[in-house]
Amino acid sequence: MQLIECPWCGPRDEIEFRYGGQAGIAYPKDPAALSDEEWAGYVFMRDNPRGWFHERWFHVHGCRTWFSVRRHTVTHEIGRDPGSPRREEFG
Amino acid sequence: MSARAHPDFLWRNPDPRPSYDVVIVGGGGHGLATAYYLAENHGITDVAVLEKGWLAGGNMARNTTVIRSNYLWDESAAIYEHSLKLWEGLSAELDYDLMFSQRGVLNLAHSLHDVREGRRRVNANVLNGVDAEWLDADEARAFCPILEVGGHTRHPVLGATLQRRGGIAKHDHVAWGYARGADALGVDLIQGCEVTGFEITGGRVRAVLTSLGRIAAGTVALAAAGHTSVLAARAGLRLPLQSHPLQALVSELLEPVLNCVVMSNAVHVYVSQAHKGELVMGAGIDPYTSYGQRGSFHVIEEQMSAALELFPIFKRVRVVRTWAGIVDVSPDASPIIGTTPVDGLLVNAGWGTGGFKATPGSGWVYADTIASGRPHPLAEPFGLERFTTGALIDEHGAAAVAH
Ligand SMILES: Cc1cc2nc3c(=O)[nH]c(=O)nc-3n(C[C@H](O)[C@H](O)[C@H](O)COP(=O)(O)OP(=O)(O)OC[C@H]3O[C@@H](n4cnc5c(N)ncnc54)[C@H](O)[C@@H]3O)c2cc1C
Repeated sequence: MQLIECPWCGPRDEIEFRYGGQAGIAYPKDPAALSDEEWAGYVFMRDNPRGWFHERWFHVHGCRTWFSVRRHTVTHEIGRDPGSPRREEFG
Repeated sequence: MSARAHPDFLWRNPDPRPSYDVVIVGGGGHGLATAYYLAENHGITDVAVLEKGWLAGGNMARNTTVIRSNYLWDESAAIYEHSLKLWEGLSAELDYDLMFSQRGVLNLAHSLHDVREGRRRVNANVLNGVDAEWLDADEARAFCPILEVGGHTRHPVLGATLQRRGGIAKHDHVAWGYARGADALGVDLIQGCEVTGFEITGGRVRAVLTSLGRIAAGTVALAAAGHTSVLAARAGLRLPLQSHPLQALVSELLEPVLNCVVMSNAVHVYVSQAHKGELVMGAGIDPYTSYGQRGSFHVIEEQMSAALELFPIFKRVRVVRTWAGIVDVSPDASPIIGTTPVDGLLVNAGWGTGGFKATPGSGWVYADTIASGRPHPLAEPFGLERFTTGALIDEHGAAAVAH
C-alpha cells in the first residue's frame, strides 16, 4: 500500500488514485507530419526504468486532480515533482 | 522413485568460456527451453544461458502455472496451441515428471457482455482447432461442484467457457527438466552471472559484459522477462514494455476440494488447487510500474473477497504466503519475439502475466528464430514491427486477469 501525496488533498491511500503512466508525453505539435515510427514512439514506447521514474497519478476518488510525482520503482519511495502544482496555486 | 537413481546434481556448474555461438540472457523457463531446443532441434550446442541469480528464481518460481490455449486471435491461438501440444508430450520428452494435469480451465461469465465475449471466444477457438466448450451455469456447477453460481451472490455465474485440455504443471520440475536436458546436450548453464552491458560495433552485437567478465557471442538472445527493458536500454533500445508487480498467494494445505482451474476476469480472481493441496490464487497486475517484487495489499484483499463470493466453502481457509513477480506487459498483451535494430540481438519478451503456459512453445519458436536468422512462422506476427504497422494482436480479453 502506498501513501501518495495529492497536491490538493494531501497524503492519501493508494486506493483513491488511478495510475497514469509516464509523465511528460506531449501530444505531437504537428501530428500530420509524423512518420509511422514517430507515431509508434508517441503511442506505444515508454521509459521503463529501474530507479526514479517521472509519472502521472489521478486522484480519481478524491478531488480528481491529475499530477506528477517522481517515484522510485524499486523502493516505491515517492518524491515531490517540482513541476507539479502546489496547494496554494489552486486559488 | 523409479529404478533410475536420481543424481545429486541435475546440471554441471561450469565457469563461462570466453566465447559462445549463442548467449541467452536469463535462466527462467523461456531461456532454458530455448537452450534445450537449440541443442535438441537444431544441433547448436555452443550455447550459454547466463542467469544473474539462480536458475528459474524469477517469474518461473513465482507463477501460478495455469496452462491453456484458448486465446481469441488466430496468431495467439496458433502459438499457444503449439505450446499446449508440446506440453502433452513434455514429461516423456524430458524424461521428468512435470505433474502436468489437464484438469480443465473454466473462465466464468458474470454479465451478458461476458456471456457474449465467452461464446465468441469459444467459436473462435473451435475454428482454430482449439478445444473449447460453452457451459451454462448448471453445467459449470456440475463441472465444478463447489462453485457458487446462485442468484444471491453479488456476481452470479451466468455460464463459463471450458477448455478441458487446460490445467496446471509443477513449475520447478519444468525448469529442472529443461535445465537437465540442455546441460546433457552440452549447454553451459551459468548462474550468478549478471549481464551489465553489450559490446556493439558497426550496428552488431559482439559480446556481453557480465559480472564474470566479457563473453563474446555470435547471437545474443534476451529472455529476461520483467527486466528486458533494463537490458534493452543498455543496448540503446526502447521497447514498448512496462514492468509491473503481479501478485499471487497460497493457502494452507487442504484435502482435495477443487478439481479444476477457475478464472474470472470480471471479479478479478483465479484459483486452482496444487498437487500438494494448497489453493493457489492470483489476480491482475498492480497498476504502477515496479521492479520491487512486491505489490499492494488491497489487490489481495479484493481478490480474496471475489474468491469467497465464488467459493463460500473457502471462508475459513488461511492464507499462508503472498508474493509478487515482475511481469513485462506489452500494449496489446501479446509477446514480442524476434529481431531488433541491433544485428545479432534478439528479443523474446512481453509475455506478461501469461508466459508460463508458453514455455515450451516460446522456447521452440525462439530457438528456431535464433538458428535460422528469420522469425519462425508462428513468431512472425509477434515482431516488434507490429507497433509501427499497427497490426496489433489485442489479447486483453483473454489475458488481463486470466494468465
Ligand atoms: C504471480 C505470477 C503468476 C503468474 N501466473 C501465470 C500462470 O498462471 N500462467 C502462465 O502462463 N503464466 C503466469 N505468469 C507469467 C509467467 O511466470 C511469465 O510469463 C514467465 O515465467 C516469463 O518467462 P521466464 O520463465 O523466462 O521468466 P523468469 O523466470 O522471470 O526469467 C527471467 C530471468 O532473467 C534473469 N535476468 C534478468 N536480468 C538479467 C541480467 N541482467 N543478467 C542475467 N540474467 C538476468 C532473471 O533473474 C530471471 O531469472 C505469472 C507470473 C507471476 C509473477
